[in-house]
Amino acid sequence: MFRTSPFTPGRRFVIGVPYVWLFFFFFLPFLILLYISFVDMGSDISPFKPLWDSTTGVVHLKYENYWSIVRTGEDGVLFRTLYIEAYLRSLWYAFCTAVLCLAIGYPFAYFIARSKPSVRPALLMMVMLPFWTSFLLRVYAWKGILADQGVINQLLMALGITSEPIQMLYTNVSMLVGMTYVYLPFMVLPLYANLVKMDFRLLEAAYDLGTSPFKAFWLVTVPLSKAGIVAGFMLVFIPALGEFVIPSLLGGPENVMIGRVVWDEMFTSNNWPRATALAVIMIGLIIVPLAIYYHYTGDPADAKK
Amino acid sequence: MKQLLEKHFGKAWMVLVFAFLYTPLLFMMLFSFNSTRQDANFTGFSLRWYDALTRDTKIVEGFWLSLKVAAVTGVLSAVLGTFAAFVLVRYRRFLGRTIFSGMVNAPLVMPEVVIGLSLLLLMVGVQNLFGWPERGMLTIILGHTLLGMAYGMVVIQSRLLEMNRSIEEAAMDLGARPMQVFFLVTLPNIAQAILAAFLLSFTLSFDDVVISEFLSGPGVSTLPQVIFGYARRGINPTIYAAATLLIVTVTIVIVGYSIWVARQTRKREREIAAATRAELVALSAR
Repeated sequence: MFRTSPFTPGRRFVIGVPYVWLFFFFFLPFLILLYISFVDMGSDISPFKPLWDSTTGVVHLKYENYWSIVRTGEDGVLFRTLYIEAYLRSLWYAFCTAVLCLAIGYPFAYFIARSKPSVRPALLMMVMLPFWTSFLLRVYAWKGILADQGVINQLLMALGITSEPIQMLYTNVSMLVGMTYVYLPFMVLPLYANLVKMDFRLLEAAYDLGTSPFKAFWLVTVPLSKAGIVAGFMLVFIPALGEFVIPSLLGGPENVMIGRVVWDEMFTSNNWPRATALAVIMIGLIIVPLAIYYHYTGDPADAKK
Repeated sequence: MKQLLEKHFGKAWMVLVFAFLYTPLLFMMLFSFNSTRQDANFTGFSLRWYDALTRDTKIVEGFWLSLKVAAVTGVLSAVLGTFAAFVLVRYRRFLGRTIFSGMVNAPLVMPEVVIGLSLLLLMVGVQNLFGWPERGMLTIILGHTLLGMAYGMVVIQSRLLEMNRSIEEAAMDLGARPMQVFFLVTLPNIAQAILAAFLLSFTLSFDDVVISEFLSGPGVSTLPQVIFGYARRGINPTIYAAATLLIVTVTIVIVGYSIWVARQTRKREREIAAATRAELVALSAR
């Protein structure tokens, strides 16, 4: 009797443990985040004021934190605040990173998928190995490579290409190099997983029917690997959007990303309500590409029903 | 011609990308043995940065803290990840399943800054109410486990999905109770994935800067936090020495692990082949 009922104690336990954990450490913090984004900034002792008036008990949502981020001018046109600039910059560099990773990673994943099955595991392990060593240290190494007195500049000067070191570190270029470098495996692995399942006889059939290799690639390979491209793009774009460490190590001081802005509002300006409002908008930005992604893939547990 | 072009272009591209992936690692390994603090010139072989590494109390303390945090995070993530994967794969219908699946998967796509910030707000709130916990090792572990559990769940979920359920059903038909089925049949089958989940969350935790930066208190710094602090100031070959040790360790662990996995797979294949042969012999003898 007990065993067939859907509410056996065991079942309750198995569902309950992760449920309670996630409720306390994911859902509740998110609610607090949302709550603070709607309150006034407080004094030095407490960083924010309660949402309700303690004498009257009236709840009053404050939207000022959001308005201060997306201000409009007198003529109603959206005013490009520092925050909007940071959002747009983050979106742009995340997009550039994803495109660069795709451009480098697609042929790479394709050729791994087409190599002999016996060497594939070794090649994949070589892709994974840098991924398992600290990403912070790998970003740090780029600092030494790209510095004014670094390896690349010394090489260029030795070859007589330039007489003076070219400023590479602390520019957008060095930041993009670092981001592309770190996120490349995130692009290669889903693409590989997708391409390795592809039936390459379809490509041969296209050749036999007289298609040029380039056209065959566009008309056969790319559409068949669409799911892998979308997955890889999302896996790079989403974390790159909130990236905090790489811009602060390799990026220029004037090009602040949104992750850094949140950090500064929280710890330097001590403006908790604005930091949380910025974070809430960030979640909103993530949800859009994510909705597109789930449109293509769906819940993996449902796929094998 | 077509194949020739593809072959050579493919090889060249792979070599270039691998060079891109490995140049920073080789650079660090080489310059960790440099005798001077130079960015580009190798002035001579020396172990002085390794010596400096052992004397740097901040790095040594950060390392031990990171190791403890990563070990606890790995265990917690593997256990909770197993629970979560089991719930998502086996319990198709229960109240709030959509919310549950959303909550498990969300940390994978949430920016780390947002996770760190929201957990910090929770910890501050709880501390204001109960005076506990101080921000430090415990809070860092909780933050890392949230992320590690999500990654662990994905690994274990895919193993559970491809697992052959008929062996569980066979065990149940033979009268095993659900707990026995789980511990004697299911668990050995997904053990490899659980180990992989442990290793993955261990690495994630050992590598994390952002969540640690939000959740650590004064005087409590994990190894990545210490390195991040140094890295913002300038180039320090002591860090290259730390990196080299890490790269060598990780390479040994990963290569060892994959050899072990390959052996296990071959062993299992041999066992299946042997069992099939025995069955065929038994059938033909009948």
